Amino acid sequence: MSGTFLDSTELVLNMGPQHPSTHGVLRVIVKLDGEKVTGTECVIGYLHRGVEKIGENRTYAMFAPYVDRMDYVAAVSNGLGYCLAVEKLLNVEAPPRAQVVRVILTELNRIASHLLWLGTHALDIGAITPLFYCMREREATLNIFEKYCGARLTTHAFRIGGLQYETYEGFEQECLAFCDMFLPKCDEYEELLTGNRIWVQRLRNVGVLNAEDCKAYGVTGPLLRAAGVKWDLRKAQPYSGYDKYDFEIPTCENGDSFDRYIIRMREMRQSVRIIRQAVADIPAGPIMAKVPKVIKPPVGEVYVSIEAPKGELGYYIVSDGSTQPYRVRVRPPSFVNLQSLDKMARGSLVADLVAVIGTIDIVLGEVDR
Amino acid sequence: MADDPKPDAPEASKPGSEAAATPPGEAAAPPPPAPPKPAPKPAAAAPKPPPPPAVMQTAPWESELTASLKEEFGDAITEFSSYLGQNFLVARPGAAIPILQSLKDNHGFDYLVDITAVHWPKRDEQFDLIYVVYSFARNERIRIKVKLKEGDRPETAVDVHLTADWLEREVFDMFGIEFEGHPNMKRILMPDEWQGHPLRKEVSILGMDNNWVQQNLGIESGQ
Repeated sequence: MSGTFLDSTELVLNMGPQHPSTHGVLRVIVKLDGEKVTGTECVIGYLHRGVEKIGENRTYAMFAPYVDRMDYVAAVSNGLGYCLAVEKLLNVEAPPRAQVVRVILTELNRIASHLLWLGTHALDIGAITPLFYCMREREATLNIFEKYCGARLTTHAFRIGGLQYETYEGFEQECLAFCDMFLPKCDEYEELLTGNRIWVQRLRNVGVLNAEDCKAYGVTGPLLRAAGVKWDLRKAQPYSGYDKYDFEIPTCENGDSFDRYIIRMREMRQSVRIIRQAVADIPAGPIMAKVPKVIKPPVGEVYVSIEAPKGELGYYIVSDGSTQPYRVRVRPPSFVNLQSLDKMARGSLVADLVAVIGTIDIVLGEVDR
Repeated sequence: MADDPKPDAPEASKPGSEAAATPPGEAAAPPPPAPPKPAPKPAAAAPKPPPPPAVMQTAPWESELTASLKEEFGDAITEFSSYLGQNFLVARPGAAIPILQSLKDNHGFDYLVDITAVHWPKRDEQFDLIYVVYSFARNERIRIKVKLKEGDRPETAVDVHLTADWLEREVFDMFGIEFEGHPNMKRILMPDEWQGHPLRKEVSILGMDNNWVQQNLGIESGQ
């Protein structure tokens, strides 16, 4: 051991599995040179529950509640993706009324998911106040879910072929009231954060991922749009009647953490826009398509994906003609996006690593399944 | 299964209705309605034996892309099919990576969406390895399917798409398919010491690796 304690040497550090910034049980092995990150490796699987295996051992309808428990902050999106995939396999389509209600609930859920992200991410960066504001507004969306289906988080709001429940008395008014209340709150968050010097300095040019890298790593969702790729499955391959609504896909150019924040803020405003249009025109009619009581899709396979709040959420389902799926594969956006952490964090400071993990917006329940 | 009876049903009812329509024109004869009735019954019963077609009812897939791929890869691609409007091709094991490379370089399929597998224990080629690729430019998604035998070591796709790293690790973890040339071929979701590969069909959902559970969690079983 020559040299003095001032000589810098590489240090390997475990961050997590329990760490406030990892939003779940994620362990990141970090290689440090002083305070500089020279490499990371994610250790995941702590929340692995074998969801895909469970799917093979349950009937199509029985498996539907399980998917809510993957990305539990965006359970409605998970359910929508699964229902669409099985409907595709059965070759049925949900009736127009069901589709519109699905869109409303899914967009409300997108707002809830982004709000939870914003609150906790701000907390990681050191801004404590936004968390309480975000939770307050998120509560309003959860109340609508609760009134609609009885559950707040793992909603299981949809059924294969449509909806289980008719909307409740005053559903439209409550959604509109939420929209009216929410937009000024969005301005409030932005007033707190967007121009805030500390916020900007902590996020600008941190965790940059350009469009090329995004494509190489299969990164989708707000991260991809922050890098300037105008791609959203709701527009690219519309499902559930998203093509009927007038909304924009926000994009930025730098692909850094600050841009991702901006993207998510704008997306929430776009979601409000969609909800308003959808609520204004909920068609009358049945809420369930003609789906047999025992769901037995013909032999075949489909891959159906939707734009979940975190990116492309895909379901690859193989049917052998029986009542249980032969194979259910979930293509989780969080899992794939998390893979780019190493690329983003290399060369940054440890403190930035916290910001970068936050900015990917992972939910470990979905990463590990 | 549900589709098959439908095309037969209208056919069966047509002869019945024609037969019912002709007799009233000639005279009031009550017996004629009786003979046509048994007629549709055998007609409906006859097509019943064929319904067990336990294969995917695919349609052929032909486009400029398939023509170009056919030219480039010849019989390395054994099938171009489409099911419910979703296109896929079946390739021989060694051809998957060159196809992915060509799709990326020449046809704009620059986003590898997913890699996964399906286990068919009764088949000689036990595994289907599936690549889902998407092209931003064409807004098109296709699947590449490769049939593998137990113990086959397919080449890694990491050199073509970086995202294949974790996806292939998950396939290895869940199915035990090892990828040749992968930079870090180890488990990703299950614990490193875990025995067996959970998504194989012979692994029961009940008794998985009880040894691991007993040693590491200090409980009798995972159930």
